[in-house]
Amino acid sequence: MKKFMNSADDFLKESLQGFGAAHQDIVNCHYDPNFITRATPTKEGKVALISGGGSGHEPMHGGLVGYGMLDAACPGFVFSSPTPDQMLAAAEKVDSGAGVLFIVKNYSGDVMNFQMAAEMMQGPNESVLTNDDVAVEDSSFTTGRRGVAATVVVEKIVGSLAEHGGSLQECKALGDKVNKNSGSMGVAFSSCTVPAAGKPNFDIGDDEMEFGVGIHGEPGRRRDKMKSAQEITNELLEAINEDLKPETNEEILLFVNGMGGTPLTELYLIFDNAKNMLDKKNIKISRSLVGNYCTSLEMQGASITLTKLDEELLKHWDSSVHTAAMRWGV
Amino acid sequence: MSVNFLIHRAKEIQAVIDANASEIEKLDQEIGDGDHIFNVQRGIKLVIELEAVIKDLPMSKALNQIAMKVLSGIGGSSGALFGTLFMTMAKGNDIDNGVDYKKAIEIFADGVEAVKQRGKADVGEKTMMDVLIPVSNCLKKGVEDNKDVKEILQEAIEVAEKGMFSTKDLLATKGRASFLGERAKGHIDPGARSSQLMIKTVCESVLNS
Repeated sequence: MKKFMNSADDFLKESLQGFGAAHQDIVNCHYDPNFITRATPTKEGKVALISGGGSGHEPMHGGLVGYGMLDAACPGFVFSSPTPDQMLAAAEKVDSGAGVLFIVKNYSGDVMNFQMAAEMMQGPNESVLTNDDVAVEDSSFTTGRRGVAATVVVEKIVGSLAEHGGSLQECKALGDKVNKNSGSMGVAFSSCTVPAAGKPNFDIGDDEMEFGVGIHGEPGRRRDKMKSAQEITNELLEAINEDLKPETNEEILLFVNGMGGTPLTELYLIFDNAKNMLDKKNIKISRSLVGNYCTSLEMQGASITLTKLDEELLKHWDSSVHTAAMRWGV
Repeated sequence: MSVNFLIHRAKEIQAVIDANASEIEKLDQEIGDGDHIFNVQRGIKLVIELEAVIKDLPMSKALNQIAMKVLSGIGGSSGALFGTLFMTMAKGNDIDNGVDYKKAIEIFADGVEAVKQRGKADVGEKTMMDVLIPVSNCLKKGVEDNKDVKEILQEAIEVAEKGMFSTKDLLATKGRASFLGERAKGHIDPGARSSQLMIKTVCESVLNS
């Protein structure tokens, strides 16, 4: 294992300290329990948005704390969900009286810990559960689809509504809507190494890829031989389209997300290849996002997310945002 | 069952888990994400470190401290599930006035039921519930049938092992392994293995005392 680290025990703390120091105009990092808030207190009457999850997916979620997005983020250990004491401490700090909306990715650890926090919390709260990963079949008998990169889109759009005075119920409803309007699927070329484990999470051959991979390197649909970028992109989009069923001329957001170890050069290449296919199907790419937003440590790979946009979603996507990882309109 | 009993069992569990750490880690890397063993080891260490704080506390307070410690200190699913187990046990009726084996079995069974609700997992889904639920049922049945405590514990050890091995041929429908579909078959669930080891350690310790 080669990593920039001094010790596995201090890995998260030092990374958080650096994040807090580098972006002190935007965020405050709090320790024991760990959580990140905006540098400025929540406006009175504004619904507070809190997300969180295991570390190792940066910039999600700490990099999405700031004006127009999250009020707080709770980072767990690498690839391990945060714990209720973190959510409770964050809620106490950022709840301005209008309630707290938890945005939770559908992974069992995250779901259970956020659920316990919600049960222990005194004030009004709601939760939005993201489950955009079309690689996994949804069923009431299983954990169901995973929450992956579309969580970034949910946080952007709901963040805007909250900033503009949306109520707790309205924010929850919009979050559910964005999630329902989104589909994602990823592919990994290499594994990733959790610092405390010291060795790769899974084995994968030089000529292989994991198709439909989750954001911790969990297996997806199948192990495949490597293919061309256009073929991979087509297969990802086909799987998403099959689920999302965008209509002809429907406006969508095309989000090409890097998993940490794939250069932007390749992500833009994927965007080009995706545009080829979507153009053929007369699906209109009206907004775009390309970059490393929902990562899996140093994993080589990428995911594609499509979100169907209507006027309301477009308005909140375009509104001003000022976080460490996303900034426009300000 | 005293607070002192809990601390001593935790120390014995630590030794057994450490001795089997590489096996559990390997199981988790095959069908999970590889962090289960670290979570379990961290949790046990945190409980043992609580010794000075909890040794003179009444049972309900001690169990609650253990619950909050594993909840916040382990994280992930393990933290939430074991936190729920101990938090429920702490709510047991009248436990500050002594816990005999019947009471211990009663609060353990309540705890297992709460864990089942929290994780929404039942027998047959390739999780630690394939060990915990049958063990809980076996213990309760033993008390109902007025069996000798040694006989009950001996049965629990066997039931735990059977439950652990049963996960091998199951499809996972809960937790990370569920994403593997058919690929999870043929592998023992790491959570079932670690909980089976814990059950075995506690039961054997009582049997040998």
